[in-house]
Amino acid sequence: MFWKRFKKNKLAVIGGILVFGLFAVAIFAPLLAPYDPDIINMEQVLQSPGAAHILGTDDLGRDVLSRMIYGTRISLSIGFIAIAIATIIGVILGSISGYYGRLIDSLIMRLVDIMLSVPTFFLLLTVLAIVGPSIWIVMFVIGLTGWMSIARLVRAEFLTLKEREFVQAARSIGASDARIIFRHILPNALTPVYVSFILGVAGAILMESGLSFLGFGVQPPTPSWGNILTAGREYMEVAWWLILFPGIAIFITCLSYYILGEGIRQALDPKLKI
Amino acid sequence: MGELLKVQNITKYFPAKTGFFESSGAPIHALNDISFAIAQGETLGLVGESGCGKSTLAKVIARLILPTSGKIFFEGDDITSVNGARLKKIRRNIQFVFQDPHASLNPHMTIGSTVSEPFVIHGLSGAKKALLEAENILDLVGISKEAVKRYPHEFSTGQRQRIAIARALALTPKLIIADEPIASLDVSIQAQILNLLKELKEKFNLTYLFISHDLRIIEYISDRVIVMYLGKIMEIASSRDLYKHPIHPYTEALLSAIPVINPQSKKKRIILKGEIPATTKLPSGCVFHTRCIYVKQRCIDEIPKLTKHDNRFFACHFPL
Repeated sequence: MFWKRFKKNKLAVIGGILVFGLFAVAIFAPLLAPYDPDIINMEQVLQSPGAAHILGTDDLGRDVLSRMIYGTRISLSIGFIAIAIATIIGVILGSISGYYGRLIDSLIMRLVDIMLSVPTFFLLLTVLAIVGPSIWIVMFVIGLTGWMSIARLVRAEFLTLKEREFVQAARSIGASDARIIFRHILPNALTPVYVSFILGVAGAILMESGLSFLGFGVQPPTPSWGNILTAGREYMEVAWWLILFPGIAIFITCLSYYILGEGIRQALDPKLKI
Repeated sequence: MGELLKVQNITKYFPAKTGFFESSGAPIHALNDISFAIAQGETLGLVGESGCGKSTLAKVIARLILPTSGKIFFEGDDITSVNGARLKKIRRNIQFVFQDPHASLNPHMTIGSTVSEPFVIHGLSGAKKALLEAENILDLVGISKEAVKRYPHEFSTGQRQRIAIARALALTPKLIIADEPIASLDVSIQAQILNLLKELKEKFNLTYLFISHDLRIIEYISDRVIVMYLGKIMEIASSRDLYKHPIHPYTEALLSAIPVINPQSKKKRIILKGEIPATTKLPSGCVFHTRCIYVKQRCIDEIPKLTKHDNRFFACHFPL
């Protein structure tokens, strides 16, 4: 049923294939990269794209294609792990908020409001400036500042689901709160979470690129799309390939996640006719 | 026959609107001073129009919602506000069958895990043995063993209701509360489920609180009947007495609304005037006075008490 509807949306299928392709690139990076991404070759500095270096070389003579292929690993894993953290926090807090209601609900929802009122990007910059940048900190901070919309989503699902008869039936056979939340309500509440997860990954990749661009994200020499872009900024006038290709990679990745997420949402929404 | 369950002066108000700091507006009076008892082994029918509080009463008894005031006794023990392990023990003995089997079965759980869940929750057997138990119970309600691996959407409404009954039966409860269990079924299936319920009652010595708005079904299955209107009990009588000779004017009006198959029969049909009053603002005196065809001044001024006479109860100043 889901597949039938999903397959009708050609754009979403393309998005899905692209996302899978990116994963394949990340997994098989050592096989695909023509050069070692960290090897400096001062004789080949700022080579324009050509036969030897398809996407050219950077200011230290490193192969841009190889660095981007390895950068896929960093960008995807940051995107995934950060949003996984956000989703876990969001699902747990949203479930508790929606299920118990009353005071707990008010407290959690006000916390959401407070978190949302702080611009995430600046919060991220502040935290990273204080504790110092590293891949793990970037992931955690993106995760810790990205759970609010998921919490709201899950809470809304819980509010309607907890009144459903199968939940009351579970209660009447003596199921504990934890059992009702995790076994009965949560599996029925996850559909919008899947979509939000996929859309969130795109957002996190974008955010990581932005942070790395500003020098607060992944630190060189580890390649990420964001810091390849940063390094290329200084040579923009003479070496256009240094910023164009990472930019295209970020753009295509985010776009394919968005159309995949949107396609899944449409396929799961029974009210939409496709 | 001993008393299995007793309900004393149960009242349930739902606050109309709760804000962060205040509750405003008139509360909904869902149940008003409800008292009755269910004897061990009987089937007590509960009948009334939509919105009269039947389901609320059922859920209060099943401890799914708390009453505003009043007490519930099960086998002599006050269960109105028990919690934790004691409540869990009570849940084993009071089970619920819901109206709509499309809504009462978890769409993400297999039939096997739905029906075996009670065993697991109450620690009666491990997951593997619980599944065997589930198969046995499904067999009892006429569902084949292969069903355990399948999901609710693969079954028809009637089959799903059988599965819901199997789940309720799993813990061999003493009391089963059936809230309009056949209202969402086709007429042909209704009879099957009714007969299944009757059969199971014999086999397991069950007691039923059977809720319906269909008077003929209530007559068919019940030993005694409670008639409710606007959150109040109007009349309690044995099924035979009630259908032969209603005492309360509301019961009379309800009975006159049962369609008769013979077109030649000249049965008097009592048409009630007006609408059911809002539950936020109950009428003074007898709640039925706004629609009663025999209304007198005393009905408007004074609330009639539920009084006992010749083994039946009624709340009316001028019984028929």
